[in-house]
Parts: sequence; structure tokens; C-alpha cells
Amino acid sequence: MDDIKILDAVESYIRGEMKPDERLQFENLRKTNSELDQLVVEHTLFLQQLNHFGDRKDFKASLNTIHIDLTEQGKIDSMRLKGKAKVVYLWKRYKRVAAIAASIAGITTLVISAIIGVLTSKPDDNVQQMSRELQVIKKEQKDQKADVNNLKDQINTDKKEAKKTIQFKSGGTGFLIDGKGYLVTNAHIIRNSKNIAVFNNKGEEFNAVLIQTDIARDIAILKIIDKSYKPMLSLPYGISKTASDVAEPIYTLGYPRNDIVYSEGYLSARTGFNGDTLSCQLGIAANRGNSGGPVFNHNGEVIGIISTKETESEGVAFAIQSKFIFDAIDQLKKGDTAYQSLKLTSKSSVRGMNKQQQVQKIQDYVFMVKGD
Amino acid sequence: MKPQHDEQALLEGLAASDRKAVETLYRDNFNMVQTLIINNNGSSDDAKDIFQEAMIVLYEKVRSGTFELNCQVKTFVYSVSRRLWLKRLQQQNRYSSPGDSMENVVAVEEDLEQHEQRNAEFDMMENAINHLGEPCKSLLEAYYLQKQNMQVIAANFGYTNADNAKNQKYKCLMRLKKIFFAQYKNGNGDG
Repeated sequence: MDDIKILDAVESYIRGEMKPDERLQFENLRKTNSELDQLVVEHTLFLQQLNHFGDRKDFKASLNTIHIDLTEQGKIDSMRLKGKAKVVYLWKRYKRVAAIAASIAGITTLVISAIIGVLTSKPDDNVQQMSRELQVIKKEQKDQKADVNNLKDQINTDKKEAKKTIQFKSGGTGFLIDGKGYLVTNAHIIRNSKNIAVFNNKGEEFNAVLIQTDIARDIAILKIIDKSYKPMLSLPYGISKTASDVAEPIYTLGYPRNDIVYSEGYLSARTGFNGDTLSCQLGIAANRGNSGGPVFNHNGEVIGIISTKETESEGVAFAIQSKFIFDAIDQLKKGDTAYQSLKLTSKSSVRGMNKQQQVQKIQDYVFMVKGD
Repeated sequence: MKPQHDEQALLEGLAASDRKAVETLYRDNFNMVQTLIINNNGSSDDAKDIFQEAMIVLYEKVRSGTFELNCQVKTFVYSVSRRLWLKRLQQQNRYSSPGDSMENVVAVEEDLEQHEQRNAEFDMMENAINHLGEPCKSLLEAYYLQKQNMQVIAANFGYTNADNAKNQKYKCLMRLKKIFFAQYKNGNGDG
């Protein structure tokens, strides 16, 4: 007998499909053949398991269909909770979390109000003192205003003569950072100056005022206030926010004498004198009047402001990194809302041009700066 | 409250998988279980799961022929559902004792132990069948679960004759038995 036939026989025996005489024969065989007996026992168990499995699977499926049917007929509550039931359900589910959150909030409030209560023990006295002081200050301010007005009148009457008689003591270079007349230069050039004048490369003179200084970084921002100044729509160069690479070729324009002078070199180090991280070291021929001049890379982007030179060796200068111009502008904007419209560009329109063309475009935006 | 003999008839219908009886039992008991689950941190999906599992417990109990109705069906279903839900809450670590411990419940621990055992066996069989792959799975399901005739199966599955189908079925069955008994012996050994 092959295996398939044996199995068939076993299955029909288990199902009770055998005829009585066959059954008797099979049972005798089972008694003598322990292997067959084993198979019958095992297969009985297996078929039982399989039937259980099938029954349960069918029953599960029928439960599911019944569930859907009854829900559709509305005979049991709908599967999704609606309206009030949902609120009740959510409340029940999260009430503990809500209670904990509420008590934490309550405790925090109490603690904060207690701290405030302790720290502000005698508020009334202070307030009174302050208000008295304010009165005093107000009075002083009024007096000062009067003084200032007197002075202004004096200045106005003397203005025309004054303009002619100013003796400029210091000079340097500056460049526009916004076409509306905002210039960047070194703070040391116009330190202690009462009057500041800037000259373009055609020799035209404009009055300017100092609106922001950062002595530590040696940056000053000037604004041209002369009515004869015509605002420029856009600048040919942008101002770089990132540090440049060592050995990058650079050039500068400045006024070491009364004419604009071009010189070129390279970035020698990312740090300045004695490892100063605010500035960088340049290998360039620079003179006194170059101070405050822009340092351009080959794309025509400003990467720094020439500030100092090393006295002991020739051809070494230091420049303030251009990113600090942005810092100075931010400070300025914070201090006075009148300058909100001031905008720096980081895109350079002369990118890709050769040096002559770049300089041709840029030179109108570089000014000589003088202060008395 | 329904007379006792009505419930007996319902349970007989359940044992025979009679659709009408199952539907009646479902309709009469589901809302009660849903209320229980939702009042105890559960969702309506949880309620459906738990209720259907309780129905399976009842179904298998009546099918095994050892069910003696010594309480109302409602009470039995409620007790089983409550127990099952407590267990699930404990597993999910958000146990909160249902406040209705004074309600009418019967001891169902023994039934649930049997149910656990059957659950394990069901999972083993399901696992084994899913491991078989086609066409073995469909072939065996057609013969052993849907009790189809070998000739019909041969025609449906594209075998030239019933003997070929039988041959294939035999091979599949041997594989299934091997997989199943490997798990079964392991499972019982562990237990």
C-alpha cells in the first residue's frame, strides 16, 4: 500500500465513512501495526485542529458581516461615536492626563506668583522715587533742549563761513553699501571729527554724518546728507557674508592721494595681527589713505575693509572681515527704526567681468573720506 | 428577561452556526459590552474586538458540547468580555479597575484558559497554513475546510484528473502537518 492510500483509509476511518466489515479489518490492522495506530492518533488530532481552525475562521467572518449588517440597520450603536458620546469618551479617556496637567499648571502659577511677591516686596517706595527722579530728569532735559536750540541757531548763522574754513586733519577711503548714500569706512579715520566730508573720484564734495560706529571692529557707517547727492539705484558689487580662502587674489581701490588708486594682492591669512579673528591678513601694497577701502575678490564681492598695516614690514595689511558690516547694520537698525530701509546686497553684478571693467564700474562708488 | 428555553434554542442555533441565532445573540449583547468597554478607557473598535472574542468563546464552548447553561447568556458574555478587557488593559499598562465590581458576573477563568489554549492552536494553524504558499494553501482549504469533492477540486485547480489532485494534496498535507506539529510540540513543550 502506498502512503496516499493509507492516508485515504485513515481519513475515511476517522470520518466514519468505512463500511462495517472494512472498519473491522482496519481496526485489527491497527492493533497489530503500531505505526498505523500512531498515524491514526496523530491524524485525528490534526484534523480536529484543522476543523477547529476552519470553524473559527468561518465564525469570525460571519461575526464581522453581522456586525456590519446590524450597524447599517441601526440595531446596534454605530461604530463611530458621534457628538456627545465622543466627548464623553474622550473625557473619560484623557481625564487623568488633564487632571495632572491642570495641577502642574496650578502649582507653577502659585510658585511664580510667590516668587514675584517675594522679589517685589516694597514696590510703592521705588515707584515714587522713580517718578520723582523722572521729574528731575525731565527738567534737566528741557534746559538742555534750550541750550541745544541756542547752539543750533548759532551754527546756522555761521554755517556758510564754517564750511569754507574747515581744516580736514584726517583722511581715508569709504565705499557705498547702499545707493541711498550710506557709506562704510574705518572708525579711526573720523574719530573725534565734528565735520565729515566725502569726495567721489570726480572730486565732487558731499557733507556726511556719522550714524554708527563700532570702535572695537573699527567700522563706521556714514550717511551723505548733502542735497546735491543723487541716490544711486543699485551697487555693482555685493558684500560677502562668508570668509574667503587663503591665497585668493584680491584688489582694492582707495585714496592714498587725491586720485583713486588701484592695487592688488592676495589673502595671506584668515586671521589678522597676532591672530586677531576679527580681521584677515592681506599681501597688498597699501598706504595710509587706503584705510576704510573695500577689498574685492575676483568676483567683485567685498570681502573686507582695509584697516591697518604692519609698520615693520612692507606689503602687509590687515582688513576687517566683511561679515561685520552686516553686524553693524543690524545694530544700527535695532537702534533706530529710520534705517529699516537700508539693505545690503550679497550679489555682485560685475561678476565675470575682467578687472578693468570691474574697476570701471566700481570706482564711482568708492569715496575719499575726510574729517576734521 | 427571556425564558430559559429560548436561550437554549439560541445556543443550539449558535452551535450549528445558524445565522439567525448568531445575529440575535449579537444584537442582544453588543451594546452592553460596548458600554462596558467605552466606560473603561476603550474605543468602539476595542469593543468590537472584545465582543467578538467573547462570542468565539461562547461558540466554541457550545460546540464542544460541554456547555451547561447555569447562568444567563448575557451574564456569561458580560463576564467573559470584562475579563478579556481587563487582561488587555493590563497588557497595555493602562489598567484602571472598572468601578462595577458589584455587578452580576460569573467565574469564567476556566473557560478563558481553554480559550487561550484554542487561541494558541488557532494561531499555530494559521501560521502553518500561511507558511505553505500557493497552490497548497488553497488546495488544502478547498478539501479540508470547504469540504469540496476531489473531482471538483481537480477541475477548479486545473489538474488533469482527481488522482493528480489527490497526489498534490497529499504532498501539501504532509508539509502542513510537518510545519504544524513542529510548532505544536514546541508550544506544548514550553507550556
